[in-house]
Amino acid sequence: MSALTVLYALLFYAAAATLVVGVAWKCWVYARTPQPLKIPIPPAPTTRRGVALRMLLEVTLFKSLFRSNKWIWLFGWMFHVALLAVLLRHLRYFTEPVWAWVALIQPLGLYAGFAMLAALLGLWARRFLVDRVRYISSPSDHLMLALLAAIAASGLAMKYLAHTDIVALKAFFLGLMAFHWHELPADPALLVHLALVATLMIVFPVSKLLHAPGVFFSPSLNQVDDARERRHTAGWSARGG
Amino acid sequence: MASFETPAIGEYPVIPLLRADAMAHSKPFVAKPEHQKPLGFPGELVPDWERVAVTRLGELVSQSRALQVFLDSCVKCGACTDKCHYYLGTADPKNMPVARQDLLRSVYRRYYTFAGKHFPKLVGARDMTKDVLDDWYSYFHQCSQCRRCAVYCPYGIDTAEISMAARDIMDSVGLGQKYSNEIIGKVHSIGNNLGLPGPALRNTLDGLEEDVKEATGVDVKFPLDVKGAEVLLITPSADFFAEPHVDGLIGYAKVFHAAGISWTLSSHASEAANFSLFIGNHDNLQKVAERIREAALDLGVKRIVVGECGHAWRVAYSFWNTLIGPFDFLDARHPAPQHICEVTYDLIRRGALSFDKSANDDKVVTFHDSCNVARGSRMGDVPGGQFLIPREIIRACVNKFVDMAPETIGETTFCCGGGGGLLTDDLVELRVKGALPRMQALQQVVEEHGVNYMAAICAICKSQFAKVLPYYKHPMDMIGSVHGLVSNAIVLGPKQ
Repeated sequence: MSALTVLYALLFYAAAATLVVGVAWKCWVYARTPQPLKIPIPPAPTTRRGVALRMLLEVTLFKSLFRSNKWIWLFGWMFHVALLAVLLRHLRYFTEPVWAWVALIQPLGLYAGFAMLAALLGLWARRFLVDRVRYISSPSDHLMLALLAAIAASGLAMKYLAHTDIVALKAFFLGLMAFHWHELPADPALLVHLALVATLMIVFPVSKLLHAPGVFFSPSLNQVDDARERRHTAGWSARGG
Repeated sequence: MASFETPAIGEYPVIPLLRADAMAHSKPFVAKPEHQKPLGFPGELVPDWERVAVTRLGELVSQSRALQVFLDSCVKCGACTDKCHYYLGTADPKNMPVARQDLLRSVYRRYYTFAGKHFPKLVGARDMTKDVLDDWYSYFHQCSQCRRCAVYCPYGIDTAEISMAARDIMDSVGLGQKYSNEIIGKVHSIGNNLGLPGPALRNTLDGLEEDVKEATGVDVKFPLDVKGAEVLLITPSADFFAEPHVDGLIGYAKVFHAAGISWTLSSHASEAANFSLFIGNHDNLQKVAERIREAALDLGVKRIVVGECGHAWRVAYSFWNTLIGPFDFLDARHPAPQHICEVTYDLIRRGALSFDKSANDDKVVTFHDSCNVARGSRMGDVPGGQFLIPREIIRACVNKFVDMAPETIGETTFCCGGGGGLLTDDLVELRVKGALPRMQALQQVVEEHGVNYMAAICAICKSQFAKVLPYYKHPMDMIGSVHGLVSNAIVLGPKQ
């Protein structure tokens, strides 16, 4: 077993653990923190079912963002949908036999790779070209886009420029999941791609990527507009009065 | 007070290019110890204020899921950057909602996040310093907590929550805002924002009874502290004496009179406003709200009705049940506080009121949706009732009504520019500039439809517009109460 394989195996165990534990911890903090007052933002549904529909439209179609700014919506939505397609395409490296629907969407996942890169470049261009967005961008905002763009680019490079041994790669990941390690092919593009993905997994719980679980806990989006009908108390508002 | 230029209204709205620090000089007067102490805040900046501020920030975040989620989740997408009326009116980048949030988020990150503790430069985390505090004082008093940005945020991040937290932290280290804190003190000590004691209030109401008798020949009563009345009316104290507010109060009285509903005001709770909302302080919020419950129980009323006041209606609709509920002592048919517009609308629908619309024929009316009503509450029993009901009342009372541009009303309404504890003369420049988007939309209906009257249901909006309309070459009496229109048109006496 090469040192490289050991290094990457350990890296991915650490990254996966950080991602899962970190996000779970954050979700637990959000869930445990009380929301003492009712602060739904309109258009606020008056039923739980309505709230579920609202949340569904927000996380699948980015409804508020669409209303807000068509360019951000276009690039943002394109990126997220493409990322989803790409992630689903990658399931083939983690399943044996490959599920039929995963096999079916393989070409789609390829187009999505390009769409993802284009959307990221669009979002990044806004950080330079729109003075308001330039002002609010921190180095970390640029780095996050750089990281995601590099992941997309290195992934596409392996498909179109420098093929890697995906059979061996699949064996490596199946081995990781079964705790029965196999050699990792030492292709530079693959090593870069995997290192960046692991980095993304590690920074997820300590970065703005927390918007992904956060949106579900956002009281302005997930509260029912029924303050007069149901008495709501939590935290300090449950102790007082 | 530095002189300033009223923004020019162009042919169409524009998103301005950034002008850094354009409003850095804007700061409201600082509260003196005598304004701070009665609210439970230190009189002046405490010696180790940095530590106290950071500790208070941690407490607030741990007590509020909203803060916790909002501070973590922003991705700096920029969707909110052109949504704030203060940014549109001043071009100061720190008036972009996300930049305003970042004034506090940068400190939260520095002390409470892994990335901010270890890589502050990378994620824009900052130590709590005097410069930061000065920025907070300036720019968290350039937010009217109107929540327009939150409507557009993909995560519903509500800058109002963050600006309230920042103000609470500043109060807790002894750096309060004079305007809001002095007013809250008056509510605690006298019972209303204006500091109008009970006997003076009775006098004022007697005067109103005489005025209405003279104008209409009808004995419309303005009762105070009447035990056993059906309705307790809680209204902003501006309604008691200032134009155009008082026309609204006269309108409520005429509605109750025409419908035969017995009602009363309370000298113990002679104020609907609860400025504690603006300073984000829970103890004061609770304490000020508590007077309403006490008055209702003491007078033995069956219903509580709230007059035309934006943030008061947010507090009443969204928070009263939490703070001073349950309202199980009220009539089971009206088990929750109602807005005066709900009462009037209900009576109109039941045919209990009659109007002579021609009494308002000198007016072409538009309606300004007040931010706290539009985005902090509701009316009636369907979503959007807070937009429908006031308009239906206006249509019942006037012949000529037009709405302003759709993106400037309803849930995306622009704030008047004076809400959230900023309605003070030391912030006039901010108020005038912040009114620009509303004035732009108003200008359009003035030119296209000859609008000469803007109705509102918020005391702050009314006072703010009376002040800023002349800066935009409109008469100050162009702003009025919805129930002022009702008062003009309602037919008293036996139904025809």
